[in-house]
Amino acid sequence: MKNRLLTAVIGAGTVMASLAACGGGDGGGGDAASADAGNCSVPITKTEAPVVSVWAWYPNMKTVVENFNESHDDVQVCWTNAGQGADQYARFQTAVSAGTGAPDVVMLETDMVPVFSLQEALVDLTGYGASEVEGNFGAGAWEDVSSGDAVYGIPIDGGPMAMMYRTDVFEQYGITPPTTWDEYRAAGEALKAAGGPLMGDFPANVPAPTVALMQQNGAEPWVYDSADPTQLEIDLNSPESKEVLDYWAGLVRDGLVGTQDQFTTDYIAGAIRGDYATYISAAWAPGYLTGAGAGEGEDAGNWAVAPLPQWDPANPVSVNWGGSVLAVTSQAPEPELAAQVAMELYADDASLTDGWTSQTIFPLNQSVLSSQEFIDNESEFFSGQTANKDVYIPAAEAYEGSTYSPFGTTFYAQFTEEIAAINAGEKTGSEALDDLQAEMEEYATQQGFTLN
Amino acid sequence: MATLDTAPRPQAPAAHPAPARSRRRRRGRTQGLIGWAFLAPFAVVFLVFLVAPLLYAFYLSLFSKGLATGERFAGLDNYTRAFTDPAFLNGVWFVVRFSLVVIPVQILVALAAALVLDSVTSRFARFSRLMIFVPYAIPAVIGAVIWGFLYSPNFGPLEQLFGDGAPFLLSPDNLFYGFTNVVTWQWAGYYMIIIYAALQGIDPAVYEAARIDGAGSWQIATRIKIPMISSALILILVFSLIGTLQFFTEPQVLTPISNGAISTDITPNVYAFNLAFRFAQFNYASAISFALGFVVFIGVYVFLFLTRKRGGFLK
Repeated sequence: MKNRLLTAVIGAGTVMASLAACGGGDGGGGDAASADAGNCSVPITKTEAPVVSVWAWYPNMKTVVENFNESHDDVQVCWTNAGQGADQYARFQTAVSAGTGAPDVVMLETDMVPVFSLQEALVDLTGYGASEVEGNFGAGAWEDVSSGDAVYGIPIDGGPMAMMYRTDVFEQYGITPPTTWDEYRAAGEALKAAGGPLMGDFPANVPAPTVALMQQNGAEPWVYDSADPTQLEIDLNSPESKEVLDYWAGLVRDGLVGTQDQFTTDYIAGAIRGDYATYISAAWAPGYLTGAGAGEGEDAGNWAVAPLPQWDPANPVSVNWGGSVLAVTSQAPEPELAAQVAMELYADDASLTDGWTSQTIFPLNQSVLSSQEFIDNESEFFSGQTANKDVYIPAAEAYEGSTYSPFGTTFYAQFTEEIAAINAGEKTGSEALDDLQAEMEEYATQQGFTLN
Repeated sequence: MATLDTAPRPQAPAAHPAPARSRRRRRGRTQGLIGWAFLAPFAVVFLVFLVAPLLYAFYLSLFSKGLATGERFAGLDNYTRAFTDPAFLNGVWFVVRFSLVVIPVQILVALAAALVLDSVTSRFARFSRLMIFVPYAIPAVIGAVIWGFLYSPNFGPLEQLFGDGAPFLLSPDNLFYGFTNVVTWQWAGYYMIIIYAALQGIDPAVYEAARIDGAGSWQIATRIKIPMISSALILILVFSLIGTLQFFTEPQVLTPISNGAISTDITPNVYAFNLAFRFAQFNYASAISFALGFVVFIGVYVFLFLTRKRGGFLK
């Protein structure tokens, strides 16, 4: 009996403590007094300095934060991993809607920036010295975080797209890396005719690269400026977009590419086994695949990378999938301090080098992009290929930036359904885009946008 | 302290004709207070974690907030929108169809297992009972993950049985059966235990009498056991009706491996979750939740009305 009572008391105490912990987060940890150093994933060494709270999920974030706290006496970072991607966004979205509980600085994927800037959850950094770091980045990277005159984040890494391929499959079936999408299809047909594996994959669960491929053909699905946030132009069913989606729908219909969801165990297993001759992906993909176990054992030495196939080889276009930024939330009590952290956190040479050598990120900072070590790096995953010099750096430099949907989560969810319908053979690419256009127009009107 | 001792005791002498009653009443009041004190911890938790959030959610559901507009009072607009929203209505239609298939399947499996285990009394029966119950002990999330692997076209047993032509149970056409299987696996054991407990409560003398009258095992099962446990059957019918209408965990967990077949609005609960935590529409999500609650209430009420003679446990 006594024991049970004790357990109950301890249990109640735990509940109270965790409630108190939730309450403690309310201040956002902006000033030194409210940030509880015990909740930081990396201990804060200089306890007298003001503390800025950060949510981020990169695997080498521990090193990055340690580097930052070591080299700064004026401000310290209290870092929390609040989940990767969607998990963190759900948490951040809740904090934004509640008006409390958000960190001072948050890591966002580039295409999520407008989603939160529209809700006035992010601080415009132009007033806090963003222009001083603009020169560190390429024009496309900067365009991605800007909307009109406003800047809502500091770029960290990017995802210039390229075509990874299986050298063993290409050799076995006598295929050379395609440079245009027509050649890509022809290679797929040759593979199928010879009884080979699929040429690639058209997943429903990640629509972002499909949007990028539409942009490669000149589509501009979203026109939008945060200076006039209720004006919006949606052009998802343009002829350029339809050409791209009909092309992929055709590949699916003819059984030249698979329809497996990506980032799943099934997809990884297939990629390692050589079920897909190519993987249309971004510069971070080799690191992702390595982490998932590709390129090791029997799979070693099978991978190489070539530039993304083009629609018009005379006018090549570079597109981007993924990449992240550090943004300052409007709940930060001291935005100036938070902006300083956003600009300096992943900017020192040690952290950047650690990021790209461990294949975690493809940095966008010019100090890395122009360093000889980075340019001449021989990628272990690509069997010594100088992938940065040959493929990724030119792609990153040619990238001109894009405008993402101001309601990206809803848009991607709807696009996923449309791609699933294509993959199930229910719709053509054009039909799917017409439906998507109608749905997005209806949603935008409902949300109070004026459509141009 | 001393004053307490010296102070005159209040109303101790029997000045009134009914002192016993007043004392009893006072004792009753004290007991009432003690009762309330025991109830207080529960009452606080109940009010803070159930009633207050419900009221707040209802309050939220009366407002509407567009991404490009401010928050405004919308009255019942969100509810009119919900009941004309194809995403919500399709979700409701899906769970209704699903209920019509899953509930009978679950209950038949549970009933058959319970009847068999009730007639067999060996160590093997005890072992089987545990094994049938085990899926319920596995958290639904983990169960769904395991089934995700079993359904996998790359690793699953289906692939090894059928080769490349193996059916993918999470494809748009097969989703319904894939879910039916997972949910039945998860819940049949739990319902089996409830039915089994009810069967154990029947006096064996009844069977003896039936045997003397010449009834066989089948007749005993259908004419005696099942009618005598009908209130337990109604109970699990209500449980499974509520559970199925609120179907959430399995679609949520299996979505990432379904190649897009499971949409964000497949069931009303999944839809409400996505609206709130992914699409930033807390107001409309609250309205959807209440609308779903309304549908469940109507469903259960109609069901209990139809079976009112048997459903004694709720009265």
